[in-house]
Amino acid sequence: MADEFRTRLQAKLKKGITEVRTKITHPMETGARRELETGKLIPAHFIEEVKVEHNGKVVMSADWSVGISKDPYCAFKFKGGVEGDTVTLTWKDKCDPFHAKHSKMCVT
Amino acid sequence: MNLPRRTFLKGIFATGGAMALGTSVLPQSVMADLPETAAQAKSLSEAEQALFDGAQITEITDENVIAIKAPEIAENGQVVQIEVTTNLEKLESITILAEKNPVPLVAQFNFPDPENAVGWVKTRIKMVGTSDVIAVVKADGQLYAARREVTVTLGGCGG
Repeated sequence: MADEFRTRLQAKLKKGITEVRTKITHPMETGARRELETGKLIPAHFIEEVKVEHNGKVVMSADWSVGISKDPYCAFKFKGGVEGDTVTLTWKDKCDPFHAKHSKMCVT
Repeated sequence: MNLPRRTFLKGIFATGGAMALGTSVLPQSVMADLPETAAQAKSLSEAEQALFDGAQITEITDENVIAIKAPEIAENGQVVQIEVTTNLEKLESITILAEKNPVPLVAQFNFPDPENAVGWVKTRIKMVGTSDVIAVVKADGQLYAARREVTVTLGGCGG
C-alpha cells in the first residue's frame, strides 16, 4: 500500500528564504464519486494533515479537506535555513500511518 | 475571556509535536474537533464559524495586502492552481475556501513560527463550478479575508 504513494519534496534556499515544494501521489477521493459499473460509492480517502519540519522544528502544518486536487501539490516559504539543513515532510490520511519524506536543502 | 478554541488547539498541537517521538500525534479526539467540524460545514458561513469561532474577519480588497492568483477561466475544475500572497506580518495561518463547493473548506496552512513565516502559499484545488475563492489570513491575532471569482468550465468534485 505504501508503494502507491510517492512523495516528492524540494527545498531551495534563496536570499535567506527557503521555498519548499511538494507533490504527493494520492487519489484524494472525495467519497462522492461512484464506480461506473456498480454505482457503488468510492469511499473517501484523502490526506488530512501535512507537516513540514526544518531541523526538527515545525515550520508549516496544514489541514486539508477533500477539496485539494488529486496528486496534491503545494508550495510555501519560510525564513531561514542554510545549505545542508534537513527539511522533513510528513503526511497523514485516514487509512495509512504517517508517511515521512526527508529532503536536504540546496542553494540556488 | 476564554482562549479562542483555535488558539487552544494550536497550543496543543505545538506541545504534542514536541512530546511524541518527533512525529506529531494529537489525541484523535482533539484533532478531530477542528478540521472535522469545519470540514463538515456545508456552507461558507458555517465553515468560517467553525474555524474562527465567530471572530470578526476584516474584508480586504487591496491586492498588496492579500492577493489571490488564480486562472481567469479554469478549464478543469479538478485542478485549479491557487496562489495566495500576503504582506501581513506575524502570519499565523492562511485558509483557503471555495464558496460553492459541497465542502467549502479546502485547506488551512498554519505557521507555528509567525516571526519567520512568509506570506505565500500555492496549491491546487478542486472546484465544483464557478465560484469565489476566499483566502482568510490570520496575522497577529487578527483575521482578514480576500475573495476572487474563478470561472470553471468543467466542474471537478466528481459528483
